Amino acid sequence: MSAAPTSSLTLSVQRINAMVLRYLYLLRSSWPRVLDLIYWPAVQLFVWGFLQFYVAQNSGFFARAAGMFIGAVLLWDILFRGQLGFSVSFLEEMWSRNLANLMFSPLRPFEFVAALMVMSIVRLAIGMVPVTILAIFFFGFNLYSFGFALAAFFLNLILTSWSVGIVVSGVVMRNGLGAETLAWTVMFVLMPLTCVYYPVSVLPAWLQGIAWALPPTYVFEGMRALVLEHTFRADLMLAAFALNLVYFAIAVAVFLALLRSARRIGSLLQSGE
Amino acid sequence: MCGIENHRFEPRVPVSFPTIDVDRLCKVYTSKGKVTRAVDDISFALAPGTITGLLGGNGAGKTTTIAMILGLLEPTSGHARVMGAEMPRERYRVLHRMNFESPYVDMPNRLTVRQNLTVFGRLYAVEDLRERILATAAELDLSDLLDRPTGKLSAGQKTRASLAKALINRPDVLLLDEPTASLDPDTADWVRSHLERYRAEQNATVLLASHNMAEVERLCERVIIMKQGKIEDDAAPDVLLRRYGRDNLEDVFLDVARGRGEASREAAQ
Repeated sequence: MSAAPTSSLTLSVQRINAMVLRYLYLLRSSWPRVLDLIYWPAVQLFVWGFLQFYVAQNSGFFARAAGMFIGAVLLWDILFRGQLGFSVSFLEEMWSRNLANLMFSPLRPFEFVAALMVMSIVRLAIGMVPVTILAIFFFGFNLYSFGFALAAFFLNLILTSWSVGIVVSGVVMRNGLGAETLAWTVMFVLMPLTCVYYPVSVLPAWLQGIAWALPPTYVFEGMRALVLEHTFRADLMLAAFALNLVYFAIAVAVFLALLRSARRIGSLLQSGE
Repeated sequence: MCGIENHRFEPRVPVSFPTIDVDRLCKVYTSKGKVTRAVDDISFALAPGTITGLLGGNGAGKTTTIAMILGLLEPTSGHARVMGAEMPRERYRVLHRMNFESPYVDMPNRLTVRQNLTVFGRLYAVEDLRERILATAAELDLSDLLDRPTGKLSAGQKTRASLAKALINRPDVLLLDEPTASLDPDTADWVRSHLERYRAEQNATVLLASHNMAEVERLCERVIIMKQGKIEDDAAPDVLLRRYGRDNLEDVFLDVARGRGEASREAAQ
């Protein structure tokens, strides 16, 4: 028996790997789960891709802004699927009534969260890589041509998705599967506010303040600047990153508070509603 | 009562260096103004290398007590200490030396038994994991089932797989909630023998919640009977039988559960 460090802040790569392995075993055993990762982003791509074709044929502006919709839908999917990848991996523990097994094991909350973050990227890669290739093939839109900008977009979007995923997982852990719907719907609140398909200037003035408080808004504005003006707005990316650090810290604090509350009310031993 | 002087039951077995030390433990739930005392001021101490049975009807507070010992549930007041670590505050000092098996907790159904044991073995930092899995599977007659999805096992096979998970880290403290539920008598007997052997070889401390009185009588050198969150009695099985003037623990349990405990004790005296 090996000696165990006693702090809840200690991170063990072995335990994080164990959890990642657990989710990889699950994906490997279930092709519908893998199919689900690809199918909806592909449907979204075709809907918006053909819409972009149509409006480009009838509008000079959209003809110049080729790829704006497709770029937006792909970046939105990084945000949405990133959160879903995090939350669904957590939900798997609730569905399989395995959460208590993990909570009385030596697995620390930060290790659990780290494993969920890794799985969010794995699931995102399984879903998005084929779809981005389809975008090149069908619509001549190469997301990877964004180069360094894509890395900045991705980092900011995935950080936001993890913050939302962490809070949603905490709420489900504290309140049971009755709160599961949040995992599927909460991100859509951000869709109109983060201005995925239109510039912030379209919003009423009072709503623009809220929009600028959300990191993805900076990413979508940055993407439009890149597509329309061929300019990489580093200032927007830095502002988004600073906001993301704040939101991530808040999300972790909320998760720990919800975990303490779950330990107080006894919901760790139950995985029901 | 929790937080109020009412030490109705004193632990009967003094233990110098307890592995599990439960001291005036309380768990109170409040919902819409209604107060429920799930565990109400209980104290006991378990010596190393002993098997203790926790008996009680549904809602007696057995699972709540075990959850507080595991650190899954925060006590309202009092203390649950395992190998000196205050639970849940200091749980990471000892969780790697503990394990738990319960029909209320499952392993992921889509994973094979081997995959589940691999994941939990890694979480518990088990050395020579491959060999340990093979040895545990052999001990629990699971060798032929290692590559079968856990969800496709029969109820009895699932219980053995859960037990394999509970033993994968060779725990010094093992908490079991109805470990032989849904097993046929032959397999249940075999599992009991295995637990006895494990305790003897490992000098493990085992706390066993069960509704199976024959099982408790056979395995446990001490029995704690709970009712409505309180400890109603605590003694060795043979002492309980004499105290209540009964031939078997089932009758003792029924006396306590149906409120005839006091009368039976007086009659026996």
